[in-house]
Amino acid sequence: MAEVLQLKGLCKSFGGLVVAADVTFGLAPGDRTALIGPNGAGKTTLVNLISGALYPSSGDITLDGRSLVRLSMPARVQAGVARTFQLNRLFRDQTVGDNVRIAVLQQKRQSLRMWQPRADGIAVEAAVEQVLGALHLQARQGRLVRTLAYGEQRLLEIALALALKPRVLLLDEPAAGVPRGESGVIMDVIAGLPAELAVLLIEHDMDLVFRFAKRIVVLASGAVLTIGTPEQVAADERVKQLYFGRAGHVSHANQTGQVSHAGRPH
Amino acid sequence: MSLLLSILVDGVSYGMILFIISIGLSITMGLMRVVNMAHGGFAMLGGFMAAAIMAWAGARFEAALALATVGVAAVSVPIERLLMRQVYGRHVLDQALLSIGLIYIIVAGANLLFGGSITTLRIPSYLTGWVTIGTHTIPKYRIFVTVAGLIVVTLLWLAIERTSFGVRLRAAVDNSAIAQTVGINTSQLYAIAFAVGAALAALGGIVGAQIMPMESTYALKYLVLMLAVVTVGGMGTVTGTFAAALLLGLANTAAIYLVPSMASVAFYIAMFLVLTLRPQGLFGRSV
Amino acid sequence: MATVSLEHATAATRLRGPAIPFLPEMILVALGIAAFFAFPNDLAFLARILITGLFVLSLSLVLGQAGIPTLGHSASMGTGAYAAGLFAIHVSQDPLIGLLVGGLAGALIAVTTGALLLRTAHLTFVMLTIAVAQILYEIANQAAWLTGGDNGLAGISVNPILGLFEFDLYSRTSYLYALAVLVVSYFIVRVIVESPFGLTSRGIHSDPDRMRALGCNTYRHLLIVFTIGGLFAGLSGALSAQVAQVVGLSSLSFGTSGDALVMLIVGGSARLPGALIGTVVFMIVEHAAATVNPYHWLFIIGGLLILTVLVLPGGLISVVDWVAARLPWNILGRGARHG
Repeated sequence: MAEVLQLKGLCKSFGGLVVAADVTFGLAPGDRTALIGPNGAGKTTLVNLISGALYPSSGDITLDGRSLVRLSMPARVQAGVARTFQLNRLFRDQTVGDNVRIAVLQQKRQSLRMWQPRADGIAVEAAVEQVLGALHLQARQGRLVRTLAYGEQRLLEIALALALKPRVLLLDEPAAGVPRGESGVIMDVIAGLPAELAVLLIEHDMDLVFRFAKRIVVLASGAVLTIGTPEQVAADERVKQLYFGRAGHVSHANQTGQVSHAGRPH
Repeated sequence: MSLLLSILVDGVSYGMILFIISIGLSITMGLMRVVNMAHGGFAMLGGFMAAAIMAWAGARFEAALALATVGVAAVSVPIERLLMRQVYGRHVLDQALLSIGLIYIIVAGANLLFGGSITTLRIPSYLTGWVTIGTHTIPKYRIFVTVAGLIVVTLLWLAIERTSFGVRLRAAVDNSAIAQTVGINTSQLYAIAFAVGAALAALGGIVGAQIMPMESTYALKYLVLMLAVVTVGGMGTVTGTFAAALLLGLANTAAIYLVPSMASVAFYIAMFLVLTLRPQGLFGRSV
Repeated sequence: MATVSLEHATAATRLRGPAIPFLPEMILVALGIAAFFAFPNDLAFLARILITGLFVLSLSLVLGQAGIPTLGHSASMGTGAYAAGLFAIHVSQDPLIGLLVGGLAGALIAVTTGALLLRTAHLTFVMLTIAVAQILYEIANQAAWLTGGDNGLAGISVNPILGLFEFDLYSRTSYLYALAVLVVSYFIVRVIVESPFGLTSRGIHSDPDRMRALGCNTYRHLLIVFTIGGLFAGLSGALSAQVAQVVGLSSLSFGTSGDALVMLIVGGSARLPGALIGTVVFMIVEHAAATVNPYHWLFIIGGLLILTVLVLPGGLISVVDWVAARLPWNILGRGARHG
């Protein structure tokens, strides 16, 4: 299948510090690819490079063959690349409904309208309802974000990205900081993401990774160490070396029913 | 040639005054990340207090200078403790508004308390008159002001860059929580930095009274100048504030001599040019 | 909670308008008419309150909604005033066209300066808005042949409104004219606030970077808001010129911008009625206190500001909302769920 997002030889350094070294891989529609690596490996940097928060020192990022590196962040979003943030960045003084409404208006390119025809207004509300429904947040529609539980806020974070109807979704540790009891909903949401969406999932939670990822990209010191299926990566000696510094077990939910967190969240 | 010298002497001395008055604001805004519009009020309070001390107690200029500077620093302590502390970490506009309310009160208070005595702040006779260097005559007062400015900038630079106080202050600003766990008493540091800033404002107001005369609306009138100096220089840097003060002082003075009709706006044009070309200020860190 | 936060704005978020259509405008008209009959000898002063209210309303859109921290808003108002005044003197005495000219002048200043200034942020932006207004002030001062300089632009007179209502000595026409312009403007601004455009503005206010991560061209959006704010500020300036029949340099001064900010904050920046409440309170207290002692006025306003920031960041409108939320019949629809 043709790749929708392609990273080619992406490099980024700050002075002498190299944070991305010749990163090359692609995402196809429907992909569920996880990006893992120890602290400081450059995972969030990579997301920032793709989303446009950072510009690369060299290399290219293409969407359907069209280069993105010259585009500003808003332009890339309009082209179809959306991301979530590891630490919630929501409009805290607004309602849940309004948060989603803002995103929907951006997607429909109606954010500059000072007057909304009735039909379009109804369409916007329908889209808001649909997104809230998919994220199990309808009941919270009128609540101020500030009053939400942390897990619900994480859901809203994902809702904003989905409302943009992206082709590529960069999920930055969606379950980070969420208590065990609330993370089930997030799991369900990730499982229910649109089939044609290309998803890049950054995670430390190996439970999540092995549950959803069809492919894993392992990053170390800004460079791609290996790319493979979860089984291949779990068996890879270099990966174990990376995380544990010696030959060891990377246990995951399938084997022991326990969850191991490979590395502290950064 | 002597026109150039006049511009230089007047411009530099004016710049020195701007520096001494503004550096406290630069420190609180840049290092402490607090917007304090009331800073102009401290300068004004210093001048008013000094004049009042000289008028009521018949004190000498030097004594009044010392007493008023300490007096304003003392006044700033409860202000910091009771009011400014409430808005640390709050939205920038809240800090600005609180301190604007404060400056109104300081202006009103200064006028009601000291208003009658502030006809002029008389400088001592040994500072009046001229000094001849070669073929040029320079007012002694301007030399005094320039020397004062140089002393202040040197002492401050040493204090902030070279002493443990400076290190602790910078640590406290970079990360207050961690600084506290390391045993740095951040609230005490802030109180000291605030008081020193206020004292410097008062010093500048008193020393500069011949160039920037005391008047009932002094604080409000010159607040914009102070903000301009701080923004143009780049907040929190001693060298930046110094450079900006000299630049703006010279620009203003040059205009007064060369294009008098543009004098009052030369300042703002200079500020406009610097900020549009370099928004973080001359020495500021780029965002 | 901050004085310029959106916590109390949610009540204005309803994209469908208040429970009863045109209710805010009807309340405004009712209050305006009531004042007209209650204070027949003070109409000149009340007209000035309405005109200033329009100016502060425009600031509410720019600062309260979109979070643009301008301290140079008088640039648009003053330019509008001079434009309308010069128009009446040199071109035509038609009041409504003159009003439009003033509005457009204000918008033009806003869009040209905003295009440059909105590329900066925070304190730098604030200082630049001050610089721009000061530079304009000086230009007006220097161009005394055009503007009358220090003496002001005098001799402005306009034709009767709609050819029917002459300006009279008791300021009756002035007052009703100002009221009409204010009410219509309020309606337009309210429509904007309650539209997708307004919601997006509030989003940018909350977190501009997040908006960019949602695909929003924040610069373009803010420039449009800034320009519309300039338009209404220009309108208020034009009104002032036509009603007072003179334009002074103070219309471009920093003090005018500062006072407007105080009025907005004291009244409440998150919701439009706050602008009007703040204006009324400020100007009436100023009127009363200034006759006693100018420094007492500074004490009061300083104290009000400090109190607002520390105790009532939402401004006086939050008190109104608090009371309204507890009224049994709640026709206002405000404060019902959102507080």
